[in-house]
Amino acid sequence: MSYLKWPVLILAISILSINTLWGDDDEEEQYENRSKNGTVTKLNTRYDFAVVTNSQFKAECTSCHMAYLPGMLPARSWTKMMDTLNDHFGENAELDVKVKNEITDFLTKNSSDKVHTKRGDKILATINPKETVLRISSTEYFKRKHDEISPNIYKRKSIGSPANCLACHGGAERGDFSEDSVLIPKDKTPTIMKK
Amino acid sequence: MKMTIILKLVFLIIMAKNPALANETILKDFEALAKSSDAKFIKFNISAGEKIFRTERIHSKGDKISCMTCHTPDPKKTGLTRANKVIEPIAPVVNPERFTDMIKVNKWFKRNCNDVLERECTIQEKGDFIAYMMSVK
Ligand code: HEC
Ligand code: HEC
Ligand code: HEC
Repeated sequence: MSYLKWPVLILAISILSINTLWGDDDEEEQYENRSKNGTVTKLNTRYDFAVVTNSQFKAECTSCHMAYLPGMLPARSWTKMMDTLNDHFGENAELDVKVKNEITDFLTKNSSDKVHTKRGDKILATINPKETVLRISSTEYFKRKHDEISPNIYKRKSIGSPANCLACHGGAERGDFSEDSVLIPKDKTPTIMKK
Repeated sequence: MKMTIILKLVFLIIMAKNPALANETILKDFEALAKSSDAKFIKFNISAGEKIFRTERIHSKGDKISCMTCHTPDPKKTGLTRANKVIEPIAPVVNPERFTDMIKVNKWFKRNCNDVLERECTIQEKGDFIAYMMSVK
């Protein structure tokens, strides 16, 4: 019994390490280089975006919706959003200056054009450099990845709109948008409302 | 001198441990504000507060809106924002964290009154609303 265990374990470990050595080689190397020239402050290769947080951001920007990650948009988008909080997608999300500045700082420092990540780069590549988008859900990259979802699906009570990433990507706030964790909820009373 | 600091500290600790006391305090703060700005002020009115909560109006953008749109008709139930995120109940009887932080209270009154009534709420209205919510059992 146990004489089989060790060789199997060693084999498994070596397969795993070969995989990490040669698995996603190009991308890994690319990101390491970037970090050498100082533009990358944090990178989590397991996830699509860097998972960063800030207590003011958490307190002020997650009461109406999920915590979007700073790496989803470039700095100019965050700056514009933070300067127009009095009319934030039709709602008033105004903050006092001190808090506003701290959050702007956090968002811009971790934005997709400052901290390069796998998915952040891909979204950025589809944004016209002359434009300042405010929605991740209005970028070409988003539209391309969701072209099979009909508008009616977003209208489901349990989803509401394309902006509600968390409804379908359970790991959205952890920067996890991998295909195998996507689940489009059925139309029923949202589970969160049952409580 | 030292004694008052210690007393204050003890008070703060009790407040932190006991939110029920903290929302009484906020209501008292609103009462003091109301008295200082209106000589005729007597007290807050629970049924006026309920009226603020339940009155539906047509927003200039065309939609029917009220406080119940997000907080649901039952203050003891969880609500939902426009972006589909859960709002914890607004009634302190089930959510003792409510009305315990003056900055937070004023921030949301400002946003939500503008959102629903298209103007800010008065001190009287804020006090009425809190008094009603605290009366919900
Ligand atoms: C008062 C409620 C409220 C607050 C507070 C709020 N938001 Fe929003 N936000 C919204 C609404 C409503 C939408 C539009 C949602 C929709 O289209 O379904 C939105 C959309 C967004 C979007 C676009 C999502 C997309 O890709 O479509 C981003 C990004 C965003 N908010 C960031 C922030 C940040 C950063 C803060 C903190 C400074 C913040 N929000 C605070 C209500 C709020
Ligand atoms: C209605 C459900 C739904 C919503 C809401 C939604 N997505 Fe998706 N998303 C999907 C589906 C389905 C796919 C496709 C998965 C596949 O390729 O099999 C997908 C794919 C993706 C992918 C590509 C994954 C990959 O491995 O190629 C990304 C990135 C993504 N979504 C990000 C977002 C972001 C950011 C938001 C919010 C702004 C969002 N999604 C909102 C359902 C949704
Ligand atoms: C568009 C949705 C929406 C509407 C309409 C709305 N609210 Fe709110 N309200 C919220 C959200 C979101 C919060 C903060 C969420 C949280 O703290 O859990 C909140 C919180 C509050 C708070 C803060 C309570 C505390 O101490 O935590 C008060 C006070 C309040 N609302 C009053 C009102 C009043 C009065 C109305 C009607 C005039 C109203 N709301 C209508 C969404 C709404």
